[in-house]
Amino acid sequence: MIEPLTCGVPHVPNHVELAHGGGGRKMRHLLESVILPAFDNRLTEAKHDSVVLPIGNERIAYTTDGYVISPMFFPGGDIGKLAIFGTVNDLAAAGAIPKWLSVSFILEEGLPLSELERVVRSMKDAACVARVDIVTGDTKVVDRGKGDGLYVTTSGLGMVPAGVDVRPARVRAGDAVLVTGDIGRHGVAVLSVRKGLAFESPVESDCAPLADMVQALVGGGIDVHCARDATRGGLAAVLLEIASTARVEITVEEDAIPVDPSVAAACELLGLDVLHVANEGRMAVFVSESDASTALDILRGLAVSRNAALIGRVAPDGRAGAVSLRTRFGPERAIDLPAGEPLPRIC
Amino acid sequence: MKYLDEFRGADDVRRHIDAIARAVTRPVNIMEVCGGQTHAIVRFGIDELLPSAITLLHGPGCPVCVTPTEIIDHAVAIAALPDTIFCSYGDMLRVPGSRRDLFSVKATGGDVRIVYSALDALDLASREPTREVVFFAVGFETTAPAHAMAVIEAERRGVANFSLLVAHVRVPPALETILGDPDRRVHGFLAAGHVCAIMGTEEYDALVAEHHVPMIVTGFEPLDLVQGILMCVRQLESGRATVENQYARVVRASGNLAARAVLREVFETVDRRWRGLGTIPKSGFALRERFAAFNAERKFPIKLAIVDDPPECLSGEVLTGHRRPNDCPSFGTRCTPDKPLGATMVSSEGACAAYYRYRRREAFELA
Repeated sequence: MIEPLTCGVPHVPNHVELAHGGGGRKMRHLLESVILPAFDNRLTEAKHDSVVLPIGNERIAYTTDGYVISPMFFPGGDIGKLAIFGTVNDLAAAGAIPKWLSVSFILEEGLPLSELERVVRSMKDAACVARVDIVTGDTKVVDRGKGDGLYVTTSGLGMVPAGVDVRPARVRAGDAVLVTGDIGRHGVAVLSVRKGLAFESPVESDCAPLADMVQALVGGGIDVHCARDATRGGLAAVLLEIASTARVEITVEEDAIPVDPSVAAACELLGLDVLHVANEGRMAVFVSESDASTALDILRGLAVSRNAALIGRVAPDGRAGAVSLRTRFGPERAIDLPAGEPLPRIC
Repeated sequence: MKYLDEFRGADDVRRHIDAIARAVTRPVNIMEVCGGQTHAIVRFGIDELLPSAITLLHGPGCPVCVTPTEIIDHAVAIAALPDTIFCSYGDMLRVPGSRRDLFSVKATGGDVRIVYSALDALDLASREPTREVVFFAVGFETTAPAHAMAVIEAERRGVANFSLLVAHVRVPPALETILGDPDRRVHGFLAAGHVCAIMGTEEYDALVAEHHVPMIVTGFEPLDLVQGILMCVRQLESGRATVENQYARVVRASGNLAARAVLREVFETVDRRWRGLGTIPKSGFALRERFAAFNAERKFPIKLAIVDDPPECLSGEVLTGHRRPNDCPSFGTRCTPDKPLGATMVSSEGACAAYYRYRRREAFELA
């Protein structure tokens, strides 16, 4: 006989749950209550994908990211490609030209060498495409059952060109909000091959390096106020973070946000909001209203951002930290952070 | 997906809204039964487009919301057992029991897995013969036939380490409860299209005749919803009360006969407690005695403590159409999706959760 549970105290977890890593409210709470208070300093206050460090007359962007994706190989990419492009994109989001990467592997005992070789080859190719050098690294092995095949952490350094200042705090009322392509591809591609959930889908991950795209904007004379890749938590989380850091309200038009019909269909099937689905090759970009059409022309001239679109504005007198979406029928609704990992619903 | 565009056209929706405005001459309250419909209404802002004479009330049709706390507690207790794999649809993992949820069991070492089908859980049981595999059978008449099939298949294959923790609920008895309320505010229903796809529309004939209330079987897309509302308003304005089928592209009057036969074979109708509503006679499905070997309640007996929702929670009044989510003083303050007080804030398809997600007007602040 199992003992009955009668305690009426609401559930407050005292351990880490998967939802703490989902890019949503729980993760923000974990960062704010445990992690940031321990490390907070002047430089982390920018709450940006990379920190920009002044060294002599240069400014260096620095970032790090861990990759634990399961499965390791998915349509349109793999954990290795993701680990290179993801870190490159975090540097790109600070307006930096990515230069050097470190790579740290945690390998699980029993991982087939052929899989490791495949990942490493993919990293080499990705580094070549993104024009970064992998200059240092580390390898550790853990007991079977204590890792999910392999985990990769990459850190990156990049140079921020003179005059470039890309960060959330520069977002201003009246700014135009651009998205550099159709959203939701990465999350749908990964879910389509996840164990126990496999469904047929033609969707491939959008995994791609975006530093050249940001530099094309800069080179085209655009003053990029802010750029951020819409990874975990999707476009919704990125817009909410920026609205919160810049203390502005962002309004976007549902019909203006590009979504491929296959991605829309998969989200409908799984009960996911495409705004919450992860991307690995898309950015939200904030520029002055007067720069918007030139920026859009530059983006649409590049293969990686050919489906770029103007999706909204920073409201002139908004509620700080809010993001609202005008639906295609007219009414506005709030956009919220996902609670945790996006889960398929039951009906 | 062609259906998405066809049933989300802004012009078609506006034309129907205009027709509704022309047809309605007095205040009417229409309840959409299914949480999926509520979610679509709030997500697309359909209620904000309607003339002020029409109030949409959000019904009890979210199975995750109405699963009573003691069944969640039972699930949590089973999931924490050694040599047991607990399989569930993703939604249920976040639903708080009296002390913890399934996510927390997973985080502390329980083998809890998200599956998309009961048959996946059955296959898992075949591959792991030394462990017990328990599937959390939650849902209305929509998911029940697939779960019944899994039981029949388990019997055929002789998979003895597979069982179902059944929390199935039926829609018609809940509507009967709402209609039998002397203070009822509902003038007409948008019945849940997917439930009717299985069960047909015959179950509603007696309800409609007894209570003289329009019942429009309605789909889930914006155009479906405004069509259903228009049909309901026209019935009310002409004094009619019949079962009408807006969702004819999916629903037949007799439903899905094969699915109904499987349901009858495996399940019997029992009284069931609903979170927020209390016990409703004949409102649940339970496994028939013949399938007792696949009944997780029997395999893993537990003394169930009945757990009531906190008195502060008004979900029962929301589920019966007496209150709207943002009428509740705890809404968005003491009750949020991360720390829900009760039924309707628990699931993404609950009415309070839908309002929280799409209708909150206060700002977010990071620092």
